[in-house]
Amino acid sequence: MKQHDEEFIRKLDLTAVKIRKHIIEMLYRAKSGHPGGSLSAVEAIVALYFHHMKHNPKNPKDPNRDRFVLSKGHAAPTLYAVLAECGYFDVKELLFLRQINCMLQGHPVCTHIPGVEASTGSLGHGLSFANGIALAGKLDKKDYRVYVMVGDGETDEGQIWEAAASASHYKLDNLTALIDRNFLQIDGNTEDVLRLESVRDRWSSFGWYVLEVDGHDIEEIIDALLTASEQKNQPTMIILNTVKGKGISFMENNIDFHGVPPNEMEYKLAMKELDTAQKALEATL
Amino acid sequence: MSKKEMANPRDAYGETLVELGGRYHNIVVLDADLSKSTKTILFAKKYPERFFEMGIAEANMISTAAGLASCGKIPFASSFAVFATGRVYDQIRIDVAYSKANVKIFATHGGISVGKDGASHQMIEDLTLMRVLPNMTVLAPSDATQTRRLVELMATTEGPMYARIGRANASVLYKKEDLKDLKIGKGLVVKDGSDVSIIACGTMVAQAVDAQEKLSQDGVSVRVVDMHTIKPLDEKLVIKCARETNAILTVEEHSVIGGLGGAVSEVLAEDGSPTKFKRMGVQDMFCESGEPEELFEKYGLSTPHIVKTVKKLIK
Ligand SMILES: Cc1ncc(C[n+]2csc(CCOP(=O)(O)OP(=O)(O)O)c2C)c(N)n1
Ligand SMILES: [Mg+2]
Repeated sequence: MKQHDEEFIRKLDLTAVKIRKHIIEMLYRAKSGHPGGSLSAVEAIVALYFHHMKHNPKNPKDPNRDRFVLSKGHAAPTLYAVLAECGYFDVKELLFLRQINCMLQGHPVCTHIPGVEASTGSLGHGLSFANGIALAGKLDKKDYRVYVMVGDGETDEGQIWEAAASASHYKLDNLTALIDRNFLQIDGNTEDVLRLESVRDRWSSFGWYVLEVDGHDIEEIIDALLTASEQKNQPTMIILNTVKGKGISFMENNIDFHGVPPNEMEYKLAMKELDTAQKALEATL
Repeated sequence: MSKKEMANPRDAYGETLVELGGRYHNIVVLDADLSKSTKTILFAKKYPERFFEMGIAEANMISTAAGLASCGKIPFASSFAVFATGRVYDQIRIDVAYSKANVKIFATHGGISVGKDGASHQMIEDLTLMRVLPNMTVLAPSDATQTRRLVELMATTEGPMYARIGRANASVLYKKEDLKDLKIGKGLVVKDGSDVSIIACGTMVAQAVDAQEKLSQDGVSVRVVDMHTIKPLDEKLVIKCARETNAILTVEEHSVIGGLGGAVSEVLAEDGSPTKFKRMGVQDMFCESGEPEELFEKYGLSTPHIVKTVKKLIK
């Protein structure tokens, strides 16, 4: 493992806390949305946008940009908060998530939200879409990369495996997928709903290079992203071992917070926990 | 009836792709293990690096096409109509229509004239399925010449589009120069007449022309409209037909529910037009294996059926 500047990592951790605060605020105000899967995805998306990816919020359509596709579209709050913090649009927009006449739709839509690459929300499409971007990149001999995040439950979908086969067949080494392995979907534990294990063996048997990291350890994530981008002739899947609801004690591993927003009391409690986390991190900087 | 020149619209599609591929370097083509039938194989041979064989994985094909479009490619994705629409409705809905992706879904083997493969392969709902999608343009070329022209227009017009042709050879209705001003969304009056308008699309335009010839011998003056664009529908032309002729008959190789007939009846109903009106097409049922002519005969889409229906309608 490569050594990173300790302070740099702590700063990204701090960004992650900030994103979590946005998520809680957004969902509380929207009175709907998906906390669990938004919170488990934070570190990976922060690592991508605040460190790893080549992108320019001032020029969201730059043909040479790296792309990120959020296939598990219900984690939209995380993507929106990150895009806003990067400067793709005003942070104030976040307060109007899911409101009529406002930009931020319940699930990502590419036609009118700057920085959103693909319209998602119907699970199972995003990997194929990312394949299309990767194929175009190969055709145009561009060196951009494409990243796509899928939910673990999402990989129940047949289309995911069509796309898995296709990415490997076309040797899409400019594609890195990340699976948010939080072991939960709506109706229960992924292993009870429709067994996924061995996730690693499945993807490697489809011809993918597979890495596995602690999905809340930003240093591990950025190392894996780098390793993935050096891989030749095959796509990489990074298994992010995560905790659904991560960062809010009473939401962690709690299936009830898949698609239910915090009520007022829960909102206050959550914000207090995040404030504490923020202060602790700030003290180390 | 005089012997008519025949040509296969599928060949026209494949050949036009090759031609356009030379002109537009951002055209890419995807197919799902049917390239020999859809004729995308012609493009595959000429431009192998721009052809993507996706295997029997249509959902992946449509979403991949959308990803390619997001990078400025003009993807043509092909399969049989049944697999290119119903099988992948959700992918088309989100990745193509909702996203306003510049994806061109070009389906062959639409309708019942697929023949012997039977109802599993006879797509009679695709125009309805595609028409209901916001942002979607829906085309049904009537012959090989029009197929060429519409494929060209698909490539050069931005936006999500669906087109369907049949499997079989089709009577050649047009010469190339007839269609140089062809526009998406503008129907063509193929024959003018004053008693009744037959508004047809796809394979049924030729049948309608045959019926027109027979009917004119019996003193019935028939206008034949080639409504190659189901959406956006040429509403003006529909209303013009309602004003200028006494009856309207729609004919399509498709269910009578929601396709061309559905679209025309919506316009007529809202117009409050007193015009007599009838939809011909496959009634609300699945058909069966058989020769195309046998199927047209049994399911009410042959020329004699059209003649009979017109006579009844204007009685
Ligand atoms: C095709 C489709 N079916 C069902 C749903 C409803 N749905 C939304 S989230 C979800 C569970 C997703 O689980 P997972 O992929 O594990 O996501 P995460 O745990 O990260 O929230 C389901 C079934 C959907 N959005 N799309
Ligand atoms: Mg999950």
